[in-house]
Amino acid sequence: MIAEYGHMALIVALCFSVAQAVVPMVGSFVGYRTWMRLGHSLALGQLVFVAISFACLTAAFLQDDFSLQYVANNSNTLLPTQFKVSAVWGAHEGSLLLWALILALWSAAVALFSSHLPLVLSSRVLSILGAISVGFGLFILLTSNPFARILPFSPTEGGDLNPLLQDFGLIVHPPMLYMGYVGFSVAFAFAVAALIGGQFDSAWARWARPWINSAWVFLTIGITLGSWWAYYELGWGGWWFWDPVENASLMPWLVGTALVHSISVTEKRGAFRSWTLLLAILAFSLSLLGTFLVRSGVLTSVHAFANDPERGVFILAFLGLVVGSSLLLFALRGPVVQRQQGDTEVVSYSGLSREMMLLLNNVLLVSAMAMILIGTLYPLIADVLGLGKISVGPPYFNFFFVPMTLGLMVAMGFAVFSRWKKTDVQMLRQKGMVPFLISLSAALILPLFLAESITWESYSMTAVITLGAVFWVVTMSLEDLWQKLDRGSSKAGSLVANASRLKNITKLPGSYWGMQCAHIGIAVCALGVGLSSVYDVQKDVRMVPGDRVAVAGYEFTFDSLDFVQGPNYGASRGQISAYKNDRLVAVLHPEKRKYEARNQVMTEAALDAGLTRDLYVSLGEPLKGDAWAIRVHVKPFVRCIWLGGLMIGLGGLLSILDKRYRRRRQPSGVVAGVGAE
Amino acid sequence: MASNSLSGSGWLKQASLLLLLLSGAAMAVEDVVKFSDESLRPRYQQLLEELRCPKCQNQNLADSNSAISVDLRSEVQRLLEQDLSDAEIKEYLKHRYSEFILYRPEVNRATWFLWAAPVVLVLLGGLIVLRLSRRKNSGDSEQADSHVRSVDQQQRLDELLNSHKRGSE
Amino acid sequence: MNRLALFIPFALCLALGAFLFFSLGKDPLDLPSALVGEPFPEFALEELHEPERQVSTADFDGQVLLVNVWATWCFACRIEHPWLNSLATEGVVIVGLNYKDHRELAQAWLEKRGDPYQFSIFDPRGILGIDLGVYGAPETYLVDADGIIRHRRVGVVDERVWNEEFRDLYQQLMDEANGK
Repeated sequence: MIAEYGHMALIVALCFSVAQAVVPMVGSFVGYRTWMRLGHSLALGQLVFVAISFACLTAAFLQDDFSLQYVANNSNTLLPTQFKVSAVWGAHEGSLLLWALILALWSAAVALFSSHLPLVLSSRVLSILGAISVGFGLFILLTSNPFARILPFSPTEGGDLNPLLQDFGLIVHPPMLYMGYVGFSVAFAFAVAALIGGQFDSAWARWARPWINSAWVFLTIGITLGSWWAYYELGWGGWWFWDPVENASLMPWLVGTALVHSISVTEKRGAFRSWTLLLAILAFSLSLLGTFLVRSGVLTSVHAFANDPERGVFILAFLGLVVGSSLLLFALRGPVVQRQQGDTEVVSYSGLSREMMLLLNNVLLVSAMAMILIGTLYPLIADVLGLGKISVGPPYFNFFFVPMTLGLMVAMGFAVFSRWKKTDVQMLRQKGMVPFLISLSAALILPLFLAESITWESYSMTAVITLGAVFWVVTMSLEDLWQKLDRGSSKAGSLVANASRLKNITKLPGSYWGMQCAHIGIAVCALGVGLSSVYDVQKDVRMVPGDRVAVAGYEFTFDSLDFVQGPNYGASRGQISAYKNDRLVAVLHPEKRKYEARNQVMTEAALDAGLTRDLYVSLGEPLKGDAWAIRVHVKPFVRCIWLGGLMIGLGGLLSILDKRYRRRRQPSGVVAGVGAE
Repeated sequence: MASNSLSGSGWLKQASLLLLLLSGAAMAVEDVVKFSDESLRPRYQQLLEELRCPKCQNQNLADSNSAISVDLRSEVQRLLEQDLSDAEIKEYLKHRYSEFILYRPEVNRATWFLWAAPVVLVLLGGLIVLRLSRRKNSGDSEQADSHVRSVDQQQRLDELLNSHKRGSE
Repeated sequence: MNRLALFIPFALCLALGAFLFFSLGKDPLDLPSALVGEPFPEFALEELHEPERQVSTADFDGQVLLVNVWATWCFACRIEHPWLNSLATEGVVIVGLNYKDHRELAQAWLEKRGDPYQFSIFDPRGILGIDLGVYGAPETYLVDADGIIRHRRVGVVDERVWNEEFRDLYQQLMDEANGK
């Protein structure tokens, strides 16, 4: 019965979203304030019912209700409880319900935190969000109902969750990622509302920014978690494969990053207006495109949900409608937005100004996104055009992405020092000299110490370039920080100067700390990426218990092999001890698991994590005799990749906490006066 | 000690030498994939990462455990031992499995757009940035400068006026 | 910005939508054979039932035939086998390629389900498989009288597939061969 309640709740939620899509929007055109305000309650109502629906599905999983097709396909009586919960979003139908829930959450958040916005704007934003909810609600109810039953002969046992998904990563990565994807729908709604209303000024940018930044933070953390999860779960030490599903998350992130930068120009200087609107539309469009790509079967991916061309048609139609109509609106209303009343000053900026640097940032980020889009879709395009079945993989993506990122990092160093309107080249040259020298020396000297031996072959140019870019970003950022802290302090004695510097720390706004944290996070991430790919050492060896092997300065001994029983699997479990200079560093337990329900074998790698290196051991195949093929990796600095990712997310968070976004209580009369028309 | 090597302390020496050799052998664990020439191994790794498993859902030969991947890995090893170049090995496999097996698409008539587009985009973007910076620079900087100058002058005027006022009080 | 330039994103969206629409329903893993139009690769392997007999492309004997890749571990092969049997009774020449299998198991399998093959090539290590670009069983190749591969199907060949993909081409090749 619970499943039927869930189903009904979803239908009720759909009704709420239809009302939410229509009523406030109509109200905003005819001026009925009650209709406009209704959007807020409707959004909250929708959330309640989607949440009930989601809770019912979760209950079905916890109760092992295998009469539900979805539960039977993805669960099992022996599945540990936490994975029964995460199995709710482990496959297509349930993950769509999670999408709908998160969309309802963001809509409700907009409803609750928009009292300082003009009612016309907030009602339109909520209507647009409602329209998107209608699309998803219809999609779920018509083609992908998680509450469908298998009757009359329902199974007594389920097919179990895919073993690769039976992990902590599945509990956190998809929800975080969806918070990001769906969060950009708010930015999208703001942009479309601005286009409809024809009013678009720096106030709009100030209102939209916290929403854009929050979605971006979630997406950053979601991608970082996904990469980390793939690394420790998949068993061969990779952390990014340029798989279509991975690309589907990176593309909105790149556009989101461009948007986060572009909107600051719009807010501060009123420039880049059309471009910012376009980016806001584009970010969410890419999220929707990603949803299409992974569920329609047009691209192969290890991550893809079970595909169905019929569902593909629905999503494509929805995608076409949402993206097509918003881009058409952009083309038609764009000129209106560009010429605003109150526009007295022609926005001008010179060659090395902050505006120009941010423009360069946008060019590189959007080019990178376009490159990834072309590469991901090319096999599909070539097939449709009859050019054959072409594969586009990591060699292509890395070929372009690495130089683009390097370009971004070089520009980042300069950009931190740039000023609005005009930057003094002389100052830049003077301030940049020391960082440049430090970066150059670090780049040339450090690789000598990172390799195992100092030879011509082991001196890596990739490491040189990576270190150069990383140190450049860090030193320029710190230089700018030092300069800002120094402001106002006289050339007095050092004690007084330091005291005023400390005081200046509190004076710097949250958005500044956010910028520094995020930029340095990028440098840390790049450090991890570059150094781990250059200095990674891997050995695949045949070992019997008692053997030892030396890899990159460490010694690994294969101590023993046992058989262990897990809740829903049986495993061969090896014990491998790692020594450095005859001192025990770690004891590792890689496993080869066989999950009974699906008869599926899975490799569970063993990790010893450290900031400067990871030790990564996994069991290969059993060989003749007592021997096993064992893969041993020593991966220097790989953990910096995800540390960097978290720092970038933290940077975004710090920006949101900036004082200027805290709501100031205003008398409602003022709010009504501004912007209502 | 010019005695028979098996007598007295001589045999202890031999035994310990033997033991040492044996333990050294225990240390020498062999690679699962053996090459006659170790310089082939990095090429092997590189090739496995650039070749696609024809049957899997988007995996390269290095990471996949399907039967065909195992066979193709042995095949790559065999071809490397036969002294074929990387390009020849890729061509050999492409002849049998079509270009699908190459993760780095070839540059030909079918893929010129794929390889050219990113370059064109970056150049286009760079041109836009340059044009915008020149246009703004030449057109408005004069006005801006004169404006700035007049503000400066205005400030000095104010200062003079103020000091004059103070002076006259 | 130029008024017309604002329509570029919309135009690109339409173009992309068209491509995505036409790609629906296409199987991205349905690989074309790289060898269509090429001669069947040379091989020298044992026959399945008679280990002392070596077979090669010479045994194709100028016939138009199917080469069917099969194995006892392949479940789908059991599904297509009855249709292959009926094709054989209608006079279609089929040569089997027993791929990465065990001889005794394979022989027993054919005894149980019928043997439609003129002869079966025994390829336990899959070397002919690699030369053909085989990546899984079942696969079926249509070879003409001159030993050139004219079509490949990855997956089960049942009545529907035969009618859609093979029948007309097979008929045409037979006519050409008989016309000579």
